[in-house]
Amino acid sequence: MAGYSGKFLRINLSTGQIDQENLDMDLAVKFVGGRGLASYFLAQEVEPEVEPFDSANKIIFATGPLTGSQAPTGGRYMVVTKSPLTGTIASSNSGGFWGAELKRAGYDLIIVEGKSDKPCYIHINDNTVEIKDAEKYWGKLVSETTDLLLQETGDPKARVLTIGPAGENLALLACVLNDKYRAAGRSGVGAVMGSKNLKAIVVRGTGKLKPARDDETKKVLTNVRKKIRENDVTGKGLPAYGTAALVNLINQSGIYPTNNFQESYFETADKTSGETLAEKYLIKNVACFHCPIACGRYSKVDDVEGEGPEFETLWAYGASCGVDDLPAIIKANKWCNEYGLDTISAGATIACAMEMYEKGIIGSDEIDGPALKFGSGEAIVEWTRKMGAGEGFGAKLALGSYRLAEEFGVPELSMSVKKQELPAYDPRGVQGHGLQYATSNRGGCHVRGYMIAPEIVGLPEKLDPHSIEGKAVWVKIFQDLTAVIDSLGLCLFTSFALGADDYKDLFNAIVGQDWTKETLLEAGDRIWNIERMFNLKAGISPEQDTLPRRLLTEPIPKGPCKGHVHRLPELLPEYYKERGWNEQGLPTEAKLTQLNIA
Amino acid sequence: MVVEVKLFATFREGRFNERELELPEESSMSDLLKYLKIPEKDAKIIIVNGLAMSAEHQLSNHDVVAIFPPIAGG
Repeated sequence: MAGYSGKFLRINLSTGQIDQENLDMDLAVKFVGGRGLASYFLAQEVEPEVEPFDSANKIIFATGPLTGSQAPTGGRYMVVTKSPLTGTIASSNSGGFWGAELKRAGYDLIIVEGKSDKPCYIHINDNTVEIKDAEKYWGKLVSETTDLLLQETGDPKARVLTIGPAGENLALLACVLNDKYRAAGRSGVGAVMGSKNLKAIVVRGTGKLKPARDDETKKVLTNVRKKIRENDVTGKGLPAYGTAALVNLINQSGIYPTNNFQESYFETADKTSGETLAEKYLIKNVACFHCPIACGRYSKVDDVEGEGPEFETLWAYGASCGVDDLPAIIKANKWCNEYGLDTISAGATIACAMEMYEKGIIGSDEIDGPALKFGSGEAIVEWTRKMGAGEGFGAKLALGSYRLAEEFGVPELSMSVKKQELPAYDPRGVQGHGLQYATSNRGGCHVRGYMIAPEIVGLPEKLDPHSIEGKAVWVKIFQDLTAVIDSLGLCLFTSFALGADDYKDLFNAIVGQDWTKETLLEAGDRIWNIERMFNLKAGISPEQDTLPRRLLTEPIPKGPCKGHVHRLPELLPEYYKERGWNEQGLPTEAKLTQLNIA
Repeated sequence: MVVEVKLFATFREGRFNERELELPEESSMSDLLKYLKIPEKDAKIIIVNGLAMSAEHQLSNHDVVAIFPPIAGG
């Protein structure tokens, strides 16, 4: 069937067994691909109560039916596993070129099982798939590993996905990087690779992908490319400024969490803004596979250069830590990319540690590095390095803010949901976005239903961010549509310009289906419920659909959103009802039957 | 009346980053945009005292106004 390779790899690192299996195409279409299909496989094949670092956990690298296609931004893939950070299902998304290369090699998914007894990497060259020794790469940083693997495999056109030392050290904030700079960042997926002694996957694919319906595909592609080109955000804003332009917008909206969410307006945010980055440190813009938006940024300060920092990173190491030292943020970002750390969780964990230090909960005699004071550029750079290297107190920080705060008896100071750090928007000033944080299937996350689009940016229409009216309906639709976009293999940024009908048209033309918009959104609902059921079976109770106490009880102290708290208790029952779940937040038998996943 | 005006991204080019401006009483956002020579269609996000407003919004003394071209991200 067009759109899919129709094959996947099952690689057992305990036995060395490598199998090519045929994909059940009915199943593939039912769960779309990518995040949806990989979630199905994980739920089928992994006991939800499994310890994430147990060899029985699996890690799945999944492309979607539009990955590697001509569809704009069609280069995305997902990493799906049970998260060591949250205990939930993890599905981390990345761009760059690796995903499209895997698809061209002829595989929709790679399911990695077991655990190697020594460091290894997987080398895929179309039909040739080998497990190779990676002893000499263990301990090496991401950029060096990438360069050395390209040398060893002898094909400069190959694409490298790897972990850094953080993943090897089982840091719960470890990410997976591909093409040196693109990260499947969240939920500690890099540590699961590390637990399997899997350092990297090198892929080279030379196959060609053809759509099911040529003429229809050309017509649909012309239409969606035009929409992306003519849309103000995807055609102008993102290409011109990248994600970093959000720093000032979110700050001026009064929802820019500062000093570990103690405040929500950062007086000197402009020193770390996209405008300042562009003026002083930007070298060039960067695009992922088949992307007409090109929001990526390549920056340089002193002898440190590379892609980023993105908006979330500028916040996590900036306002979140009270730091307005942009060169320091660029350097901390570089350490994250080299050691393989999630920049959001790493920066937010340092912010939590800073609050604990300034309140005397962490003593100066308990740390082996710079004082953890808000505003310290030195602290964010050095503590990131120590987190990545697993050195001293840095090893504690690398387990994330929840475990750190809990160890010191103050778990309420961790600004996290389901133990994953919240991103760069204070939900007290954006009610819908807060509901999305509380209900995200992978814990604190902004890209499971980006309600900032309607509540702040005004896309597809402007909603009052302080109102709760109708927000449960919006959140459900955004979550379901996002699940489909993730599963198709497209970038979420397309959703600023495209709607459900456009995704349906792309899917139908390339895969050869006749879905309606309703079928598409129902597939998103199905994926959401598969993830929810995995989490419930893993022991993640609906009581964890919540926000940190601070955000529910302490009004924002100053700035444009002064006086607001998040009104989750009013929103959650409506959300459960909208989802077709019972009052306790459990999917009903009728709902699961309707979605054909009972 | 006096309003504090903050400009972002390309709107800074040839203008300023942040400035207090004296405007005639009962000026609207539309009047301010004309004064700044920013086409209304380009001012996609207007924030007055932290709240999103349209070009028709009537300004008041000591308002803080932030004007953005189309931007988003995540």
